[in-house]
Amino acid sequence: MCLAIPGQIIEIVDAANRLARVDVVGVQRIVNIGLLDSSDGSAGGAQTGDWVLIHVGFALSKIDEEEADATLTLLRGMGADYDDALAELKTSVIE
Amino acid sequence: MKFVDEFRDADFGRTLAAEILATVGPGHHYKLMEVCGGHTHSIYKYGIDDLLPENVELVHGPGCPVCVIPMGRVDDAIAVAHEPGVIFTCFGDMMRVPGSNGTLLEAKARGADVRMVYSPLDALRIAKQHPDREVVFFAIGFETTAPSTALTLRRARAEGVGNFSCFCNHVTIVPPLRALLDSPDLRLDGFIGPGHVSTVVGARPLEFIPADYGKPVVVSGFEPVDILQSVLMLLRQLADGRCEVENQYRRVVPYEGNLKALEVMAEVFELRPHFEWRGLGFISQSGLKLSEAYAELDAELRFAVPGVRVADPKACQCGEVLKGVIKPWECKVFGTACTPERPIGTCMVSSEGACAAYYNYGRFARERELV
Repeated sequence: MCLAIPGQIIEIVDAANRLARVDVVGVQRIVNIGLLDSSDGSAGGAQTGDWVLIHVGFALSKIDEEEADATLTLLRGMGADYDDALAELKTSVIE
Repeated sequence: MKFVDEFRDADFGRTLAAEILATVGPGHHYKLMEVCGGHTHSIYKYGIDDLLPENVELVHGPGCPVCVIPMGRVDDAIAVAHEPGVIFTCFGDMMRVPGSNGTLLEAKARGADVRMVYSPLDALRIAKQHPDREVVFFAIGFETTAPSTALTLRRARAEGVGNFSCFCNHVTIVPPLRALLDSPDLRLDGFIGPGHVSTVVGARPLEFIPADYGKPVVVSGFEPVDILQSVLMLLRQLADGRCEVENQYRRVVPYEGNLKALEVMAEVFELRPHFEWRGLGFISQSGLKLSEAYAELDAELRFAVPGVRVADPKACQCGEVLKGVIKPWECKVFGTACTPERPIGTCMVSSEGACAAYYNYGRFARERELV
């Protein structure tokens, strides 16, 4: 559960609940982007096209594309643990 | 230096290894603790300790959230899972952690409705799909994961999902580090600070380590070159007589942390007076429970939770491994009675656990060295 996987935001699907569709190595899933909002209630932090690190269905931080690539390479190198993390992600149906 | 070829930036890796060699003082033995299980995983996977001079030793710390859950809490989880009408949800790793009477996976085989979820929001969705059932989420994790549970609980309360509750086992990173630093067993020279936890809490909470204990800290990324660079930064601080918190992982970790995440956590959780850690015992103000405002969603108040403390199995030396006092392979049951398939101790369960990481990669690395 500890791995954080990079994904790219495809669209905001539920602005009120801070849900966005992300693409994680071709797998599209819904995640929450609320932790990237500013704490003073002003405009949300994450936008379509942004790369984010995803942990247990939540975008934890914004990263750039180079960092996303590097992190994916690192995760792929982990073999079975990365496969397990992706398999768990695929089971996720966040509404 | 065979492994360096597999690094994204092999040249930089070689340069760092050479600079580390040039920085270590003769006659010194350096013990550096990597706090985070993700770092432990990278270190074994990429054979990073093989790249370091013999007098630089990496010690694995308590930063695997699955590994620190004591047996009594697993027993409590299983008791709740067996309550009539309950759907008990948890992360996949947690299903294989043994309590005193088996695992959640075994409880499922005995008829409890235990379901693996990827996200606390999946657990909330299951609750909304099954309004006639009680859905409990087994929350574990450091500050990396706690904000996700917090946002989920905030939404559950806002939407009035009355059949959802949380069995909260979230823990915080600073108290166990302080406990380790106070422990007479251990002489550490510096810390490779956690990556993802620091994304949330920032680097500032680690400032007590140089301020109160005179040890340097470098918050580190997870790539092999990140870890090598962090080791070098620590060794340079020691060589220069400096002692501060440095941030090698600035590209992801803001020094101040994630203020939104901290705000949500402060709303939903409060510190427990004390919480038991596997192998480390009770540590004061180290665990989180739901705040008064969220008490209606607290599974420990909704269900009869036995709350019986269970001593760690005698054969298991997870405590010494978690404190970095012994290496995984020095445990009496490592790789024999305790394996990832049939773990006795938690360090063998999660892939972030030092024992499982060493079991999975250590032997492989040694074989490769012989080739």
